[in-house]
Amino acid sequence: MIAFVLQRLWQAVIVMLAISLLVFVGVFAIGNPIDVVLSPDATQQIREETIRAYGFDQPLWRQYLAFLDRLAHGDFGRSFLFNMPVLQLIGSRLPATLELTLTAVIGATVIGVPLGMYAGYRPDGALSKIIMAISVLGFSVPTFWIGLVLIFTFAVTLGWLPAGGRGETARAFGVDWSCLTLGGWRHLILPAINLALFKFAMMVRLARAGTRELMLSDTVKFARAAGESEGVILRRHVLRLISIPIVTVFGLEFGSTLAFAVVTETIFSWPGVGKLIIDSISSLDRPVMVAYLMLVACLFIAINLLVDLAQAALDPRLRGARA
Amino acid sequence: MSAPLLEVRDLRTEFRTRAGALRAVDGVSFSVGQGEIVGLVGESGSGKSVTGFSILGLIEPPGRIAAGSIRLEGRELVGLSHRALRGVRGRRVAMVFQDPAATLNPLLTIGRQMRLALSAHQALGAEAARARCLAALRQVGIPDPEARLDSYPHQFSGGMRQRVCIAIALINEPRLIVCDEPTTALDVSIQAQILSEMRKLVRETGVSLIWISHDLAVVSALADRVMVMYAGRIVERGPTRETLRAPRHPYTAGLLASLPAAIPPGAPLSQIAGSPPSLIDAPPGCAFAPRCPRAAEPCRAEPPWSEDGARAARCHFPLEAGAP
Repeated sequence: MIAFVLQRLWQAVIVMLAISLLVFVGVFAIGNPIDVVLSPDATQQIREETIRAYGFDQPLWRQYLAFLDRLAHGDFGRSFLFNMPVLQLIGSRLPATLELTLTAVIGATVIGVPLGMYAGYRPDGALSKIIMAISVLGFSVPTFWIGLVLIFTFAVTLGWLPAGGRGETARAFGVDWSCLTLGGWRHLILPAINLALFKFAMMVRLARAGTRELMLSDTVKFARAAGESEGVILRRHVLRLISIPIVTVFGLEFGSTLAFAVVTETIFSWPGVGKLIIDSISSLDRPVMVAYLMLVACLFIAINLLVDLAQAALDPRLRGARA
Repeated sequence: MSAPLLEVRDLRTEFRTRAGALRAVDGVSFSVGQGEIVGLVGESGSGKSVTGFSILGLIEPPGRIAAGSIRLEGRELVGLSHRALRGVRGRRVAMVFQDPAATLNPLLTIGRQMRLALSAHQALGAEAARARCLAALRQVGIPDPEARLDSYPHQFSGGMRQRVCIAIALINEPRLIVCDEPTTALDVSIQAQILSEMRKLVRETGVSLIWISHDLAVVSALADRVMVMYAGRIVERGPTRETLRAPRHPYTAGLLASLPAAIPPGAPLSQIAGSPPSLIDAPPGCAFAPRCPRAAEPCRAEPPWSEDGARAARCHFPLEAGAP
């Protein structure tokens, strides 16, 4: 098991190197950031000095090596726009996205899986039909529209919940979290629901399909023939067996939501990394783009590793010849 | 013999389909005595597995038991509530399936699966439950059961896996086990081991078996009595040796003639012409008539049981002893 993790970490280093090259070249191709850094009325002399200071006069491969060298020292550079270290900038935004995404994905799973299992267990029941109708809605209605409807209903018309922002935060591990205060939760709940709806729909479908298939399997028939109750069969056999695909989808969804929660963050003015990356792209804030994309790649690698470890914990066949 | 352990009377199990009601089991009657092994033989779709599932009350919609009675130890099972049936399953009558790899849950240790089956009927302490699991594994001939309790199904061979399934079926000490083709997925040599293990089990515990199979060789090696099913009905029954040596029903004779061992090497294999009839809106009369070499005008009418001691065949023109 340790050998497996070490091997995966080694692979991760190679992948990160490849990503860094792609990202660096890609971002370089977008445009010249010098115009963002300097005001238009700067003299030619200042212009040339600045270009030299940032190293923009060097050939691309030199810039890339210098970039790698700085990375190795933990320096991702400074944001052109905010004039602060990129890591600090992203670090100040990431917790907001992290808590929003985690709330949405965990909520979607914890609610979606049992409902999907019920819909798979009683496919002809009235409640199952309602559950499936909601899941179709979650799949087909665009996120931004649902977000606007949520704001209009709960913030504007009913006035129960705030329309945007993070609300009060509390400090833990040196960063601010909304989910530690009641006011923060009130701000968190609408964007989380907005973000969760699609994932909820997917979890319902996944759990339903798995349950329907398993209810016809010999494993379930055998458990029934042994006199096990339906509750035991659903909890101990079915839930366990469908959890393997669910863990995979959970990981993928968590990663992609973390990276691309931008629509919801924009609608609810949630100060997360999604908004940051859009701002940095439109203003050609190169260090932020590079660092963000590297961070996303890193998150995906970490999540995939965790998914693999979770699957090995769930499925003894993946643990190899241990016994 | 005292009252039989299991008595099935005029059992009819139907499945609702778009084309009409499909009679998978159509008026089946038989009984199984204490410690008896009864073979239930037939082609795929003859209704033998559905008969087995009916006994355990495991017919799911769109299927249902439309008529008949199933009495186990004198207690009527047809019409029992879900809850009452659950108390019978595993405790009084258990079932073993064809493919042990698909039957066992691959994610749970076999000890865990045995305890799940055990706790469905008995609340035992950890020590007592463990002792019961070990005893069941020993009964089916699994070597070193202490070490195997924490193993997962994929760490067993096919034959050992099927033994585990049988041990799970045995764990609540049922009086009857319905075995649905339990050796079909196994090698012939492993098959023979399991068969001898089952005979020993019946001798030692007095449990009764209904052995469902399409394999006449397996049934002849194991069963005390045999019943041959065709198109949802029992067409012939009797003691295994006599029945298979000199069948009365032309269908049984056809089955026996199509066994490769019955034909000299090199000669073409004999087969029963045609295919089984549809079970939806079956016409009256003998269902086998369209494929039967002996069929004649009277076969359009319901064939009577022609009985002869312990043997019986449902045919207008039963074969005489010694006839081909």
